[in-house]
Amino acid sequence: MFTTGAESLLRQARAGPQPESRPVTAQGGVSGSLVAGLPTPSSLFRELRDEELGRLCARVCALLREEDWGPDAPDALRRLFLIVSATKYNRRLERPCLALLQTTLCSPTCPEQLQLLCAAVLREMSPCDSLSLSCDHIQNTRQLGLVASVLLAQGDQQQVRSLAQRVLKVLESRQPEGPSLRHLLPIVSKVTSLAPDALREEQTRALSKRLGDWLRYASVQQAVAHSSGGFFSTPRARQLGPVTEVDGAVATDFFTVLSTGQRFTEDQWLNVQAFSMLRAWLLDSGPGGSSAPDADDKSELEGSTLSVLSAASTAGHLLPPQQWLREKAFEYCQRLLEQSNRRALKKADSDLQKACLVEAVLVLDVLCQQDPSFLYRTLSCLKPLHTRLRGDPAWVRALLPVAQFFLHHGEAAAVDAEAVYQHLFTRIPAEHFHSPMLAFEFVQFCRDSLPLFGRSLGILRTSFPNLFKFLAWNSPPLTSDFVALLPSLVDAGTAVEMLHLLLDLPCLTAALDLQLRSLQAASERPPWDVSIRAPGCLEALRDSQVQGLFQHLLRAHASGTVERLTPLYRLLQPLAGCARVVQCAEAVPTLLRAFFSAVTQFADGALASQLALLLLERSDSLYQVPGYEAGVHRWVPPGGLRPSCGSMAQPWTGSLTPRALPLTAAVPQLPPTPAQPRHFLGHCTHPSLPTQAPRPRSLPERVSPLLKAQFMRAHPRSSPASSLVGQEVPGGAGTTFTSTWCSGASRHRPALLGPGRGAGVCVGQAQPTGPLAQGAELPVPGPVQAASSTGGRAGEGAAGVRGRPPQRRARAHIRGEAAAAPPQPAPDVRACHRAEVLSPTQVWAIGEYLSVSWDRRCTVEQINNFFEALEALLFEVTQSRPSTTLPKCPPQVITVLMTTLTKLASRSQDLIPRVSLLLSKMRTLAQSAATGSTPGEEGVGAIHTRATELLNLLKMPSVAQFVFTPSVEVSEPRYHRDTNTALPLVLRTVSRLVEREAGLLPG
Amino acid sequence: MVHAFLIHTLRATKAEEGLCRVLYSCFFGTENSPNDAQPHGAERDRLLRKEQILAVARQVESMCQLQLQACGRPAVDLQPQSSDDPVHLRESPCGAFRLTAGDPFQEPRTVVWLGVLSLGFALVLNAHENLLLAEGTLRLLARLLLEHLRLLVPTASLLLRADYIEGILTRFLPHGQLLFLNDQFVQGLEKEFSAAWPR
Repeated sequence: MFTTGAESLLRQARAGPQPESRPVTAQGGVSGSLVAGLPTPSSLFRELRDEELGRLCARVCALLREEDWGPDAPDALRRLFLIVSATKYNRRLERPCLALLQTTLCSPTCPEQLQLLCAAVLREMSPCDSLSLSCDHIQNTRQLGLVASVLLAQGDQQQVRSLAQRVLKVLESRQPEGPSLRHLLPIVSKVTSLAPDALREEQTRALSKRLGDWLRYASVQQAVAHSSGGFFSTPRARQLGPVTEVDGAVATDFFTVLSTGQRFTEDQWLNVQAFSMLRAWLLDSGPGGSSAPDADDKSELEGSTLSVLSAASTAGHLLPPQQWLREKAFEYCQRLLEQSNRRALKKADSDLQKACLVEAVLVLDVLCQQDPSFLYRTLSCLKPLHTRLRGDPAWVRALLPVAQFFLHHGEAAAVDAEAVYQHLFTRIPAEHFHSPMLAFEFVQFCRDSLPLFGRSLGILRTSFPNLFKFLAWNSPPLTSDFVALLPSLVDAGTAVEMLHLLLDLPCLTAALDLQLRSLQAASERPPWDVSIRAPGCLEALRDSQVQGLFQHLLRAHASGTVERLTPLYRLLQPLAGCARVVQCAEAVPTLLRAFFSAVTQFADGALASQLALLLLERSDSLYQVPGYEAGVHRWVPPGGLRPSCGSMAQPWTGSLTPRALPLTAAVPQLPPTPAQPRHFLGHCTHPSLPTQAPRPRSLPERVSPLLKAQFMRAHPRSSPASSLVGQEVPGGAGTTFTSTWCSGASRHRPALLGPGRGAGVCVGQAQPTGPLAQGAELPVPGPVQAASSTGGRAGEGAAGVRGRPPQRRARAHIRGEAAAAPPQPAPDVRACHRAEVLSPTQVWAIGEYLSVSWDRRCTVEQINNFFEALEALLFEVTQSRPSTTLPKCPPQVITVLMTTLTKLASRSQDLIPRVSLLLSKMRTLAQSAATGSTPGEEGVGAIHTRATELLNLLKMPSVAQFVFTPSVEVSEPRYHRDTNTALPLVLRTVSRLVEREAGLLPG
Repeated sequence: MVHAFLIHTLRATKAEEGLCRVLYSCFFGTENSPNDAQPHGAERDRLLRKEQILAVARQVESMCQLQLQACGRPAVDLQPQSSDDPVHLRESPCGAFRLTAGDPFQEPRTVVWLGVLSLGFALVLNAHENLLLAEGTLRLLARLLLEHLRLLVPTASLLLRADYIEGILTRFLPHGQLLFLNDQFVQGLEKEFSAAWPR
């Protein structure tokens, strides 16, 4: 069956002849010239009508029938090729034309150019049902190669096998001055990769023997030039001088691909071919390969086709062919290792040396896997090789196969390969992260070698800060690889640190950029965005504190510590606009998804809570890259904080009235909960309620991360640890209005605060420890305190309500975070600003989840407690006087507070009169265009509208209850899609009622 | 082993924005589909191959653009000033990425690509090829194609000179076999090619 990817491709392709789809895939879109804007002949070729094609075919036929294929033939064939290849849909050529193309291809006298074109057209037509091409009688090896290319394109296994037999036959014919065999070896290689069983066992053995000969016993003399016919037509030409090494010295040993000269003999060509296909051949024909088991049948040896030169070898004759080939391959690789040490005269040869070294090590690896007796000999040359390579940055890419070798064989050879890995994971990513190819290879290496790391996996895991440098610098091609790699990289010990680093990934990109700018000489710099200049950054780097953070961010291994990088964000801000940084930021949500799906596999409740908190606390402390924060917010689990009702709130508000948009905006704008975060949050709720399996998520647990987040936002400088420990709060200092209305709540947790400590602002901040750390009791006050902390701040912001001097208030607030911190207004201002972002969410959560349908412990008493707290909060934020130093309370907070109070009242109906009164007051307050900290005109409008709507709803308590506390299943999509289910109907009705009432009632 | 080679446009002109065009493509053999009980018919197989190549070309185009952006190089002024300007292949953007099994090929593949001015060259490789060799071969092919097809000359057409491309590929990448060719071997093959295709 075709795989899904293929299916989808085909579906797209068949989507119909859309104007887009045809030209997109059709080839030959523009003139091949690099100059843009020339008229494009492509459409002419693509849309050529059948009769025109017929005419061209007739012309081609006429030209091909001519005896000497006139000069027009290539031109006509080129056009034919273009027409056939320029569309993804089939072009039908007439049978005579097809037949002529095949005849021409097989004609022994036809010039190469025409044959190539015929083969290209036939290949473009393939798979083709009416092909009668056969390779049975072709002697010319070059021509056989062309025919083979057409046959292989048909995708017919039977054809592949018969081709293999034909090629083998020609290969074995051994005519002294016969056809050049070098055109055949690539076919053999291709055929065995396509159909591993195409060669018989004895054929495989015979060929192995010959490959060994070609590898080891190629001529060491150069071929002489011929005036015509090419140097390869007469392989054993008069020889002239020995071949040389890449550094110009006369070759001291046998010929290899790194031996050079003016002209090459046929067997030297075969040597190159043989080495090029060696690794694949060893894998395919060796033990575990798909064909030809390594029969130790020495009798085969006699029947093998020995080359003349191999007769020189002595002991080798006694080896079975497979072993013979391995022996020769080993010698060849050893010689390559030696040759790679020479200084090449030409740049191209120097590149080839590296590629050869990589291949040699890979071949040695295969040899040792197939025959462990090679191991000790190999180790003795690989150890010095590693020492040599690690000192030379130019050879860095060759280190990967060496490391892979040690991974495969380190244990068997009792070699401690730790040093190899240490060097690999410590130095290379840090120094070469900017090489895209190395980055790709390195990550591939990690991915492919995962099962082999065994006890060395720890090195890989702790090196994630280094590995992430590759990702940060080359995010587009590597993101998918890291998604695959993350589950193996993360464990319980590193999860927290890794999550921090993932969130800081764009910052890491910027830091790496800065590092490159500061370290390297201009000539050595890899290309980067020169349009962004950051001289200030470089200077600021000299600051010792910043240096420390910088080094922390660029650490090579997991440190087990977490640093707040905020100063670094500011410093690196000029680089935030770099395309590379933006690209990296775009990859982060995908990586976070992979991270969390990996973490949920092993995380226990404590870790899950820790990560959830971390996400919330980092949700507004991110490096400011355009669109980054939104990207992270759009995904991260806070969406999961509205578990299954997630999709409910928005349709609800939306259908109620479009005018309530400010409120909608205040409710968390998150997409329907993704499954994984919800799963993840399932962990967050951990075994708090072991006896209540059906409803494992208790409200406070759901809400408390939010409280924590809010605390962290308001107190950015305090460490999480200190905030979680109950702080010294002298009773008097914190006694704002909040403490009075919270007193009911604080009764529930005397242990936390201890005697003599008042319920100051920090009460709410200390609280989250309870449900998060133990989650044993039902800590009612959690949300209340959340609200109270908001209320506290807002209350403090509301100067004069309690007649407290502003400084005192500031002090009361600050004491919550750090006793030594000097009084400053900034936190308060920030808290109020943040209130706009956060408080509605949190208050909304109270209204949404404080219900028996979520937790049967939500008794009337609990609801009343919450109600009282929120009522006081609303009162405080609306009644405070305006202040020049403090911003106004945002209308979203007020509207959400009103809605939440109404929701609570709908669940405890005794409260309805109270909330009605309150809402009427709010309406009046809004009407009188509000002094105090109530917002400006648009806010007043929203508040007024909201109050009116809520009042109207409360007039019908049963409707109100249905609307405000819908059953859990309304989160199922069906309730929103299907117009016949009750919900949309009811919402429409209610909406109409409310709108009408709103219209009737005087404003 | 190389599974496919392709040349495609990188930065389409304004009129064709968003269109990535494959100018030349070549498969070396076909993928086996052992699980494929019933043959799908020639037409469908061909369509699938064309779509696979296009999928690769699109990805290469995005990768190339992203890399250029990341390096702060604007995409617009990459047209050659004149045909005499040497193209510095070393400075051309290049990279590699992985294609997972089934998307779009049945087996996992690695793509090595090189962007030269407005042309993209790409090799679709089997999963565990020697990438240093593949990268070197791709650069070599790009250089040869640029030189012998004189792609930088405004009137030159890549489309109507398929025989040049085929001639180069059969020598330097026979049946998709990556070859360890030292400089002298390359020169020898190049001479042989030039003799068969005088410029």
